[in-house]
Amino acid sequence: MAVKTPSPQVVSQIDHHPPRQKWMDTKPEFKPGSYLYGAQPGNLEGVGLPNPREWSPADDDWKLPADWQGTVREGIAERLTRFRSFKLFMDICVRCGACADKCHFFIGTGDPKNMPVLRAELLRSVYRGEFKTAGKILGKLAGGRKLTEDVIKEWFYYFFQCTECRRCSVFCPYGIDTAEVTIIARELLNLLGCNIDWIAGPVNNCFHNGNHLGLQPHTFKENAEFLLDDIEEYVGVRIEPTFNRKGAEILFVTPSGDIFAEPGIFTFMGYLMLFDHIGLDYTWSTYASEGGNFGFFTSHEMMKRLNAKMYAEAKRLGVKWILGGECGHMWRVVHQYMDTMNGPADFLEKPASPITGTVFNNAAATKMVHITEFTADLIKNDKLKLDPSQNDHLTVTFHDSCNTSRGMGLLEEPRYVINNVCNNFVDMAPQATRENTFCCGSGSGLNAGEYLEMRLRGGLPRANAVHRVHEDKGVNMLACVCAIDRAVLPPLMDYWVPGVGVCGVTELVANALVMEGQGPREYNLRGEENLSYKPPADEEAPAEAGEEGAE
Amino acid sequence: MIGFLLSIVAVLVLVGIAVVGVWGLDLRILFGVIVPYAALITFFAGMVYKVLDWSRSPVPFRIPTTCGQEKSLPWIKRNKIDNPASGGAVLLRMALEILTFRSLFRNMKLDYRQGPKIRYSSEKFLWLFAIMFHYAFLVVLIRHARFFLEPVPKLLAALEAVDGFLEFNLAAVGIGLPTVQLSGLVLLGGVSLLLLRRIVIPQVRYISLAADWFPLFLITAIGLTGILMRYVVRVDVVSIKELAMGLATFHPVVPQGVSAWFYVHLFLVCVLFAYFPFSKLMHLGGVFLSPTRNLANNSRSVRHVNPWNYPVKTHDYHEYEDDFREKMIGAGIPVERETAAEEPAAPAAEGKKEE
Repeated sequence: MAVKTPSPQVVSQIDHHPPRQKWMDTKPEFKPGSYLYGAQPGNLEGVGLPNPREWSPADDDWKLPADWQGTVREGIAERLTRFRSFKLFMDICVRCGACADKCHFFIGTGDPKNMPVLRAELLRSVYRGEFKTAGKILGKLAGGRKLTEDVIKEWFYYFFQCTECRRCSVFCPYGIDTAEVTIIARELLNLLGCNIDWIAGPVNNCFHNGNHLGLQPHTFKENAEFLLDDIEEYVGVRIEPTFNRKGAEILFVTPSGDIFAEPGIFTFMGYLMLFDHIGLDYTWSTYASEGGNFGFFTSHEMMKRLNAKMYAEAKRLGVKWILGGECGHMWRVVHQYMDTMNGPADFLEKPASPITGTVFNNAAATKMVHITEFTADLIKNDKLKLDPSQNDHLTVTFHDSCNTSRGMGLLEEPRYVINNVCNNFVDMAPQATRENTFCCGSGSGLNAGEYLEMRLRGGLPRANAVHRVHEDKGVNMLACVCAIDRAVLPPLMDYWVPGVGVCGVTELVANALVMEGQGPREYNLRGEENLSYKPPADEEAPAEAGEEGAE
Repeated sequence: MIGFLLSIVAVLVLVGIAVVGVWGLDLRILFGVIVPYAALITFFAGMVYKVLDWSRSPVPFRIPTTCGQEKSLPWIKRNKIDNPASGGAVLLRMALEILTFRSLFRNMKLDYRQGPKIRYSSEKFLWLFAIMFHYAFLVVLIRHARFFLEPVPKLLAALEAVDGFLEFNLAAVGIGLPTVQLSGLVLLGGVSLLLLRRIVIPQVRYISLAADWFPLFLITAIGLTGILMRYVVRVDVVSIKELAMGLATFHPVVPQGVSAWFYVHLFLVCVLFAYFPFSKLMHLGGVFLSPTRNLANNSRSVRHVNPWNYPVKTHDYHEYEDDFREKMIGAGIPVERETAAEEPAAPAAEGKKEE
C-alpha cells in the first residue's frame, strides 16, 4: 500500500515552463503518489450516491454509468441555472494569467494544468464545446472540446488536485474562484460515482455515526476519557465534561480528528481545560460530533445533509448557542453556508459569552461563535489566569487556514490569543500569510496516505515560508486553527523543515493556563518534559535541552 | 500558434472586406449605415441579454473572497474594504476594483530557485498595461463623441486639451503635427504591451486561445487606422462628422469625399462592437456581477436566502439513537427513549445493528 516518496532534493526539482504539447493533447498519468483511490461502493451506497462499484482510477475502464455523457451535460446545464458564480466564471475569464503562479500545486509540481486558469479551462472547454455555438462548430479553435472519457479522467485527476483554497480568487481581477469551479466539477464527477474514497468514507461515516472517523457514541466518550486521564496525569486536575446533556447553555462542536490522533488531541485537551477553567456550562454531542464537513467536498447537497446535525442537535438539547472549535473548512461552511442551508436558527439565542457578557453580534443570525473569538474575548476581559512563560521554549509562527482567511476573515483573533499565551511569536512573510496564505497542501479532503507525494508538493510553498522563519528567527512551532492542518502539517514539516512541531492554538492556551488546584506542570499535554517549567523551589530544574519535537 | 496566426488572418480579412466593399464595390451605404446600426443593435441587445442571462441564475450562497480581517469583536481592527461588512463597503470595494484594478495591483511573481527557495517579487506590469489600455480606450471613446455632438460640449473640449498637452511640448521644439492625442498612443502602446506579454511569458502563451489573440489584433488595427487618419493620410473630417451626425440623429447620410480608410476603421469598430457580447470582452459586464466581490461578508450576522434551497435526506437523531441505543446507555450517555419505539418492552433489542 505504501507509496515510496522521493527525497526533497528530487521533489524540489521543478520546471515551471509549460511543455511543447498543447494542453488539450496531454493526458494525466495515474501513477502511484499522484492520484487518490476511488470511492468504495459501500461508502457511496451508504448515503445513496450513484454508480457504486469496485474501481480504480488507474484502470482503463472506469465503469461509468449508461448515458454518462447525458448525465454530465444535464448536470452542467442545471448548475448553470443554479449558480451565478459558475455561469459567470465560465464566461468572463480573459486568461490574463494573474492566477497562474498563485496555486500551491502549480508551484509544487510545475504542471500547467495546475494553473488555476487552466484548471478552470478543463471544464470551460467542455462548456464551450457542448453548450456554445462557436465551440460546437469551431471546436478547438474556439477553445471547445467534447465530453469524452478522457476528459472525465482528467477532471478527476485535477479537480482532486485542487484544495479549494481560493488563493487564485484573491488575485483574479474578476474574483473568479477556482474553488467554485472545483466544487461544481466534483458534483459532476459524483453524478458518475467518481469520488475519492478519502472523501466518500468520511461522508458515509459522518452521515451514520455523526463524525468522519465513524466513532460510535461510546467510543467517542471513551476517547475523551483517555484524554481526561492524560490531563489528570500531566496537569493534576480531573475534569468531568458532559455528553448529549439537555439544558446546557452551549453546544460545543469541533472536528472529530481532534479526539483521535496527535497532535489534534492536545488541542482537544486544551478545550477541555479551557472550559473547565472558566466553568462553562456546555456539552459535547456524540451525534453532532463532527465540525468538519467532507460533504462540502462532494456536493452542495451532501454538505447540507451532513451539516443539518448541528442545528438539529442544538435544538434537541435546548442549548442557547453553538461554540465551534478550530477547523478550516468547517468554518467556511458555518460562516458562508450553514444558516442559508439549514437555518434559520430561530430556536437559538444571539450568542453572548456567559463569562464576560460580550454579545457576539457578528454571529447574530448563525448563532455560532469561533473558539478564538471566544477566547480572545476572555483574554481581553482578563478572565483567564495565564502564565505565558510556560511556552517560552517555543518560538511560534501561525499558519492561516485558507478557509478562515479567504472565506471568513479570521486573522487577528488567533494572533491575539497566541500573543497572550506565548512570549515568542513571529509571523511568516506577508506573501504567505493572511489573505495570501498558502494551503497545507492537503485541504478539501485530499489528506489521504496514498497521496503523500502530491501533498508534500502542494505544501511546499507553505513549508518554504516556515523554513525561512525557522532559519532566520528560530521558529520551532507552527500553530494553526484547523484539524486537517494538525493532521497534515507534521509530515510536511518533517519532510521540508525538520525541527518544527505543529499545534493548535488552544493547545498553546492550555499550556499557559493556570488551572485551579493544578499540580506542578513538569510535563506538557503531550507528556513531554516541559522545557519551560520552573520549579517553585530554588533548586535548578534539570532543563536539559531534550529533543522537543512532535511525535 | 494556429489561434495566433488565424487571428491575424481574420483581422486582415476584415480589413480586406472593408477595402473591397468600399473601394471596389462602393458599398458605402452598407458600410456607412447598415453595418454600424446592425453592430450597435447587436452590441446593446447582446449586452442586455447576457447580463440578464447571468442575473437569471441566483446567488444561492454568500461567498465573498475575504482579503482582510472581518468585522468581529469591536476592539479588533477590521479591514472595511477588503472584507466589507455592509453594502456601502461593498460599493467601495467594487469601485476600487473597477476603477483601479485593485486585485491586479496585488499581483506578485513567483521566484523559484533551487534549494528550494521560494520568494515572491512585486509584479505590477500586468496592472500597468491594463490600466494604460483601459483608460486610454475610455478616453478615446469619449473623444469620439465629438463626431456625434454639435456643438462640442465644453467638457469634451477640455478633455481633448488635456489629452493633447503634448502638442505644447512638441510645438516648443518646433515639430509641427496635428495635435497629438496622448490617449491614442497610450491605447496602442497598452494593447501592444499586453500582446507582447501574451507572446513572451510562456505560461500565458500556453493558455492563450484564438479568442485572446483576436481582440488584441482587432483593437491594434482599429488604433492603427485611427492614427493613420489623424497623422498620415488626410481625411475629410467635416464629411465624416456629417455621416456620424446622420447616424446619431437617425437621418443617415453618406456624404461624398469620405476616405476609404475611414470605412475600414469604422468597419473594424463595428466588428468589435458586434463581437463584444459574445466574447471574453464581456468581463466588462461580468465584473459587476461577481459574487466573490460584490457581496458583503455578513452571512453570520444577516441571513442569506437561497431561492432553490430544497429539503434533503438527513440521518436524524432518532435514527442515530435507534442505531446505538444500547451502547449509549451502556456508556452512560443520555437517551431519549430507553427502548426503541417500534419494539415496546422488547428485551431482544440488543445488538440490533452491530457495526
